[in-house]
Amino acid sequence: MTTSTSPAAATVDPEAYLQVRDLRVQFPTEDGLVRAVDGVTFSVRRGQTLGIVGESGSGKSVTSMSILGLHNPDRTKISGEISVGGKNIVGMKEEQIRRLRGKDMAMIFQDPLSALHPYYKVGVQIAEAYKVHHPSASKKAATTRAVEMLDRVGIPQPQRRANQYPHEFSGGMRQRAMIAMALVNDPALLIADEPTTALDVTVQAQILELLEDLQREFQSAIIMITHDLGVVSQVADDVLVMYGGRPVETGSVEQIMKRPQHPYTWGLLASVPSLHGDANVDLVPIKGNPPSLINLPTGCAFNPRCRYAGQNGNRSFSEVPELRSAGEAGHQVACHMSFETRQRLYAEDIAHAGVAQ
Amino acid sequence: MTDLADSTASAATTTVPAREPLLKVEGLTKHFPVRSGGWGKASVVRAVENVSFEVRPGETLGLVGESGCGKTTTGRMLVRLLEPTSGKITFEGEDITRTKGAKLRKLRQDIQIIFQDPYASLNPRHTVGRIVAMPLQVNGIEPPGGVKKRVQELLETVGLNPEHYNRYPHEFSGGQRQRIGIARALALKPKLIVADEPVSALDVSIQAQVVNLLRQLQRDLGLSFVFIAHDLAVVRHFCERIAVMYLGRMVEIGTREQIYEKPAHPYTRALLSAVPDVTRLGSASRIKLEGDVPSPIDPPSGCVFHTRCWKAQEKCSAEAPKLLPNPNGSTSACHFPETGKLF
Repeated sequence: MTTSTSPAAATVDPEAYLQVRDLRVQFPTEDGLVRAVDGVTFSVRRGQTLGIVGESGSGKSVTSMSILGLHNPDRTKISGEISVGGKNIVGMKEEQIRRLRGKDMAMIFQDPLSALHPYYKVGVQIAEAYKVHHPSASKKAATTRAVEMLDRVGIPQPQRRANQYPHEFSGGMRQRAMIAMALVNDPALLIADEPTTALDVTVQAQILELLEDLQREFQSAIIMITHDLGVVSQVADDVLVMYGGRPVETGSVEQIMKRPQHPYTWGLLASVPSLHGDANVDLVPIKGNPPSLINLPTGCAFNPRCRYAGQNGNRSFSEVPELRSAGEAGHQVACHMSFETRQRLYAEDIAHAGVAQ
Repeated sequence: MTDLADSTASAATTTVPAREPLLKVEGLTKHFPVRSGGWGKASVVRAVENVSFEVRPGETLGLVGESGCGKTTTGRMLVRLLEPTSGKITFEGEDITRTKGAKLRKLRQDIQIIFQDPYASLNPRHTVGRIVAMPLQVNGIEPPGGVKKRVQELLETVGLNPEHYNRYPHEFSGGQRQRIGIARALALKPKLIVADEPVSALDVSIQAQVVNLLRQLQRDLGLSFVFIAHDLAVVRHFCERIAVMYLGRMVEIGTREQIYEKPAHPYTRALLSAVPDVTRLGSASRIKLEGDVPSPIDPPSGCVFHTRCWKAQEKCSAEAPKLLPNPNGSTSACHFPETGKLF
């Protein structure tokens, strides 16, 4: 397999709070080496939101876990560079990472019921997170801070709620409590891994709005990991589309949603039904299934599912495409097809289906 | 329920005259008795309260609403997996509310269900062939050409390789498993399929494959569907008529155009405007609902939506609105229905 994205090809904003360069995460297993993330480069400034989009197994969650240093170093091979506020996480000692976790970076998980401890009161759990970074704070001060945070994330009667257990909260309230816990130490970087997937749309709208408010207030850098293009288009400034552990397209939200260049991004847009446009047009699904990360297809990992594979002789099957400029500043795509061909195919095949309409 | 003149003339099907409803539900209600804590006070969860609708042959009806609104409970009562507390279900002119024994088994040949979770709804110890053949065996049906041939036909219909007859569910991906569930539902040539969130457990790209398959089956076989989902965009894509539920009650029902273009009930509007939309970048102006859905153990008085409704007035907490036709065309349960377009 040829090497993919060379670090030089992708752009890293030197002033960004989070800078990830050529990140590779591999898990040796009995069945073979799982290349969960294979050469990802991106950066996020404070006050900005990066959306990482992909299906199950695209490497988006593994990327976020490695930023938090949550992988067991004995069973994981990580290379590349993850710089959080100027400190490189890769290879750092667990003890040091722990000092960064919570204060410099924090995470909101998908399922708040399994992320909160069922045995402890919500207020106690938030206070504990506070005390980790403020060892001199009294128990009372920490509890006051927890109640403050619950109030800030819009939980009514925070005083009473802090004394309740997670099972007494509704799904939306639990997610708010988890956001409160993540924000209790004012982290500069917040990673949200599918934070609204388990929630109803009306609650999802509340949570997304809350995150936006909090970002304005605290100027955090946010990484929003999701498979929902609607959520991304609502909150993200920049978007990274991942497939099979590799970045396939990156650019501003406007570029990705309005002028997508990669056939996989097209597939995602054309297979999501829309609230507008002609409801009787069939969706254009992506054929087949996402690949196994142990045995990625050679060449472009998307080639077995791509309707246009083989346009350039044998290159789709033998050569891994690198991220290259897709015409506009900041817009990059990893596809062998020429810009003109892609423009033509998009207009002919994709522009009328799903949310791409 | 109103007879909506513009609802699609039923696709050509079977024995029922075109205008007769295939399925008619009147005042369907389901209460679950519960106890708070081990020795707590006995109370009742009002999961479904007085729901009425009709499904005509070849029609697709969507049931939408947030979690806990009673849409799944309604679906389960339709296939008689749950006993209704009160109300009446009529299928092809026959009251099936309390059908039992052999008659119920016969009825289940006509009404089938597709479940949400393709991992939990297939027996991991049975081969695909056995899973799909099960409905035939249970009902003692010997299809012409043999069971195996019929099963392979079915697998082909849903886009699976018929040679995978001898494989086990774990050898298939989520989307393929859902196809197996669909093949099983089709085995008895049902007239009505209740699909309970059939695509919500699947990846986006796979979702579209299964939705397209269901649409194609609906067209080719002239099936009727009750399609239960929380994803409003998927429902719009699949259903001709949509019923919106809130806290066990039906709040609005109408055609696709009526519900999505000019919904009358404030809840329908709030629900639609909460869906993040790729076509509108950034945080668009949306209707914000405060708080959570109230508990179905102790629903609010009058209109159950009044605690979260921005239009609520005194009348709303005093008197429950009836389902009535409104100026926008759909049928809604609201004292002060909205007029005009949504977007």
